[in-house]
Amino acid sequence: MTGADTAQVVLRLDRITKRFGALTANDAVSLDLRRGEVVALLGENGAGKTTLMNILFGQYTADEGQVMVMGRALPPGNPRAALEAGVGMVHQHFTLADNLTVLENVTLGTEPLWRWRSDRAAARDKIAKLSADFHLAVDPDARVGSLTVGERQRVEILKALYREARILILDEPTAVLTPQETDDLFTTLREAVTKGLSIVFISHKLHEVMDIAHRVVILRHGKVVAEMATTDTDRHALAAAMVGSAVSAPRVAPGVPGKALLHLDAVGTPDRGSAPGLKSVTVSLRAGQITGLAGVSGNGQAALADLIAGLSTPAMGQINLDGHTLATWSPRAAVEHGIARIPEDRHKTGTIADFSLTENAILESYHKPPMSRAGWMSWPQAEAETQAIIKGYDVRCPGPDTRIRLLSGGNMQKLILGRVLEANPRIILANQPVRGLDIGAVNYVHEQLLKARDRGAAVLLISEDLDEIMALSDVIHVMSEGRLSPEFARGTMTPAELGVWMAGHGFDGGLAHAS
Amino acid sequence: MEILDILLSASFWAAAIRIASPLIFATLGELICERAGVLNLGIEGIMVAGAFAGWMAVYSGLGLWPGVAVAMVVGMGFGAVHSLLTVPFGLSQHVVGLGVTLLATSSTYYAYRLALPEVTSPPKITAFQPWEIPLLSDIPLIGPALFSQTPLTYLAFILVGVVSLVLYRTPLGLALRAAGENPAAVAAQGLSVTGLRMGAVIVGSGLMAVGGAFLTMSAFDSFFFEMVNGRGWICIALVVFGAWKPGKALLGAVLFAAFDALQIRVQQTPLGADIPYQIFLMTPYVLSILALIVMSRRAEVPAALMVAFNKGER
Amino acid sequence: MRLEPIANPSLARSTLPPALAIAATVVVASMLAMLAGANPFAVLGLILKGAAGSQFAMLETLNRATPLIFTGLAVAVAFRARLWNIGAEAQLYAGALMTVVLGTGALQWPAAALLPMLVLVAMLAGAVVLLVPALLKVRFGVDEVVTTLLFNFIFLLFISLLLEGPLKDPMGMGWPKSERLIAEARLPRIVEGLRLHWGFALALIAAALVWVIQRRTTLGYEMRAVGLNREAARFAGIPVNAVLIKTALLSGGLAALAGFSEVAGVKGSLTLDLSPGFGYTGIIVAMLALLNPLGVIAAALFVAGIFVGADSMSRAVGVPTYLADIMLATALLLMVLAILLTRFRVVRE
Repeated sequence: MTGADTAQVVLRLDRITKRFGALTANDAVSLDLRRGEVVALLGENGAGKTTLMNILFGQYTADEGQVMVMGRALPPGNPRAALEAGVGMVHQHFTLADNLTVLENVTLGTEPLWRWRSDRAAARDKIAKLSADFHLAVDPDARVGSLTVGERQRVEILKALYREARILILDEPTAVLTPQETDDLFTTLREAVTKGLSIVFISHKLHEVMDIAHRVVILRHGKVVAEMATTDTDRHALAAAMVGSAVSAPRVAPGVPGKALLHLDAVGTPDRGSAPGLKSVTVSLRAGQITGLAGVSGNGQAALADLIAGLSTPAMGQINLDGHTLATWSPRAAVEHGIARIPEDRHKTGTIADFSLTENAILESYHKPPMSRAGWMSWPQAEAETQAIIKGYDVRCPGPDTRIRLLSGGNMQKLILGRVLEANPRIILANQPVRGLDIGAVNYVHEQLLKARDRGAAVLLISEDLDEIMALSDVIHVMSEGRLSPEFARGTMTPAELGVWMAGHGFDGGLAHAS
Repeated sequence: MEILDILLSASFWAAAIRIASPLIFATLGELICERAGVLNLGIEGIMVAGAFAGWMAVYSGLGLWPGVAVAMVVGMGFGAVHSLLTVPFGLSQHVVGLGVTLLATSSTYYAYRLALPEVTSPPKITAFQPWEIPLLSDIPLIGPALFSQTPLTYLAFILVGVVSLVLYRTPLGLALRAAGENPAAVAAQGLSVTGLRMGAVIVGSGLMAVGGAFLTMSAFDSFFFEMVNGRGWICIALVVFGAWKPGKALLGAVLFAAFDALQIRVQQTPLGADIPYQIFLMTPYVLSILALIVMSRRAEVPAALMVAFNKGER
Repeated sequence: MRLEPIANPSLARSTLPPALAIAATVVVASMLAMLAGANPFAVLGLILKGAAGSQFAMLETLNRATPLIFTGLAVAVAFRARLWNIGAEAQLYAGALMTVVLGTGALQWPAAALLPMLVLVAMLAGAVVLLVPALLKVRFGVDEVVTTLLFNFIFLLFISLLLEGPLKDPMGMGWPKSERLIAEARLPRIVEGLRLHWGFALALIAAALVWVIQRRTTLGYEMRAVGLNREAARFAGIPVNAVLIKTALLSGGLAALAGFSEVAGVKGSLTLDLSPGFGYTGIIVAMLALLNPLGVIAAALFVAGIFVGADSMSRAVGVPTYLADIMLATALLLMVLAILLTRFRVVRE
């Protein structure tokens, strides 16, 4: 970590500009990376970080500007050239083939395609050595589909190291890790730095950036707005630079808990492939309270969300709504019983891309008056309702007839919010509600959830972001491998303690905290 | 028992292997396409085109093996059309496939009518003759069945091994399997998804055409309309039945062909004479549907099959 | 190469690609005509004349368009919901079969009662035939493309079996052909003296009804939602499986009407060559119409015109009629590409 200032520049991005239609994703961005340095690229969602790295890695071609690696210009739009120049990327959404083994994923593309036989023995040795040197334990013959998220990330990093990357780019690597796994990752990264690698670390998590990086480059709306050494700054200054003004997250007053509106009693669901089912989960969602569900994704959150959303039924145990056990359960039944569902993926599950805003707004209500009568649609009513949502929830759009695929993520999420909150729900299932949104939209969504809570709704907040959970929740549960931890009241647990539960240890019986 | 007699006769098994041969070529071809992530519904039409092209080449004076090569090239041409529309442009693989089948079939019939305008019965060529492999063909039962076939049949069996080898032991095969599972993984390693998928479809289509050519150059010796008669669709079911693995697909093809050979022979027994021949002709198609039902709950489907890959999609 | 969506396509952008697709099809047809030794302009002229150059030709085109409107609607309805119904051929024959089973004397009713009954029963038969692959898809996840395709072969053999057996016309001189329909079961002419039967009007009505269903009913909304994003539809509470089954029933019923119309309006009896592939051609019609029910009418007229024109042209100059099929396949492939290019631009990366 010393002598970084005088070390040679291994990577230089020189006034990179990239436009997608009317949107300028990167605007004359310049950035230097020196040998042995860790530079954090900071910015909120939509600031242009991933686009910039995609240009570096050759998946996009910049409209203007140049990339120089080790002093030589990199041919644009050519991932192969980037790899050969020593640039390795660890993607946010892992680029792994589940049906292949670790060895196969790592060696994919490393041998010429005309070669008749793969040299497995040499590959195996090299992977073993890299595993040991960089603390990346993994079984080369394991099928990637069966690995945990943390293990998969190790494979992603191994892929880059196997190709002798000198520059490592990591895109939001800690989004899916427990606090302990994050520590392990940072150990690996520091090891890499001592071995002469240089690292670009993309993140929006300020404490991590302060922890691992030497320098921070801050992007906002596609432009570099600030550049500073971490020794010269702190989290507040970083946050202010990221957003451009003093950050004002909503003030969270504690909720006043009422009676249990939804109760799961020893509910069990079967595993689905590598996604664990629920293992005897008992939990109550109380009116006027935000229940936060923490945990690394892939530990049963999807099973719980699907259950409450009506997409699955318990194989064992019961769901009780208002004290009654239900006879039939389906998504429509969930809506009828006043459950508002904000799905995890607004593109895949929340909206229909080629439907208009109106058609999307009535997805849950089209089958009843006033949206339809006896099978006949009442489009004027539907449009009026949609206009109300657009106004009430600040959805920026050309009009209710626009196809929803043309809206930004934030506006899409606001439409979804409006659609489910207009029905005055008593229970709200918010699954990763602010993933991928800019700070303005994030605050808006959080405000709406808090307002709903204060009106007496029971909110279940599922999120990978521990900071979000800890800021908003009145009570917190942790989910690990389908098991639910006991309830922890606001303020009684530190992130590290929650991290232990997230890693699965608390369930072994040692760590029940007083709640 | 008559059926037992049939099952124990060498001629039955020889017929089964012969009937399986075009299916093996075409199923391997479709398997290669689907492993890379592309469903190729042009298979039926490409088989028709291959059947005609190969036969026509020989009828026009070329040798048998050059004729097979011509068939293959014609198939590859249609594969190029299919893959150009479905891979870089990402158009619906269902629609493009059916369009290619129609195009290939109608082009074939048009060409036939142009080339042979006045024929009443289809002209013949000298087709492939069986090559008896010395010593091995004398083994009772399996000798005549496996080792007294035409060279194209031997090629089919060899190809199963070759495709298996390439798919599981070479870097190219690895890239292909990855392209059908997660094209982003392939792109991230600096390979071209478009190139891999298009290449797979083109090569696979070439094999399909050779499967069609088998019908006119090995099983029979002339080309007639309605020759392929749904074999292409049956091969699509066989790919599923074989769980996208070459060895299992071979097994499926032979099993299926055995049923087909059986129904032909049972028709000629006293038992069979009472049953309308249409019932027998139905059995291959019904079996295919059953095979699909049985195999449908499998998790071995290539995860990116029919999912178009848009580089860096926002 | 990358595809970028265009927010507001210009008029040129919306009309040029399809126009070029049609032009390219014509060019291909010309080249093939020349290969056959004919004058391409003469060939194209004869096709046009054969399709619409006389009252006889136009009526022939309308007649040929009738079954294509039905199968085109069947495919359009199914494809909208992403149900790949390639089995319209079998459903057509199912409709024809029931028409003949009930219409050759089993029911001695007056036409006003018999014809609607035949329509109903035909639609039911077609619905049932598509129901089986649809259930297999919904229950077992079996891909319906292959099952509906294989079903075509199976059903045709079944019809052959019946025509050589229980349904055989004892006075048919040994040909596998059913008995003739009674007079009350025949679709009357729309206008006395013109060779256009009520099937055509029925087809137009069916297209209008499908349009109304798709745009104005909850079922239509559900079908579109399920077709565009099945997962989001399921999440929102739309009963996806029920919608797919209803779609299958509607689609199969529409295809069956093509069979009814051909038997009751044109042929008067059932033979194995009732349909020269109307079920498959319906796919082309539906795609050219962009799955729009009113567009299906125009597309069916276009496709029918090409076939009728090509038949007439072939009789005149001897160029094989398969030219029509090649033209349509080319038009289909180029059109799907053209439509993509009206909505997306190609960007070099």
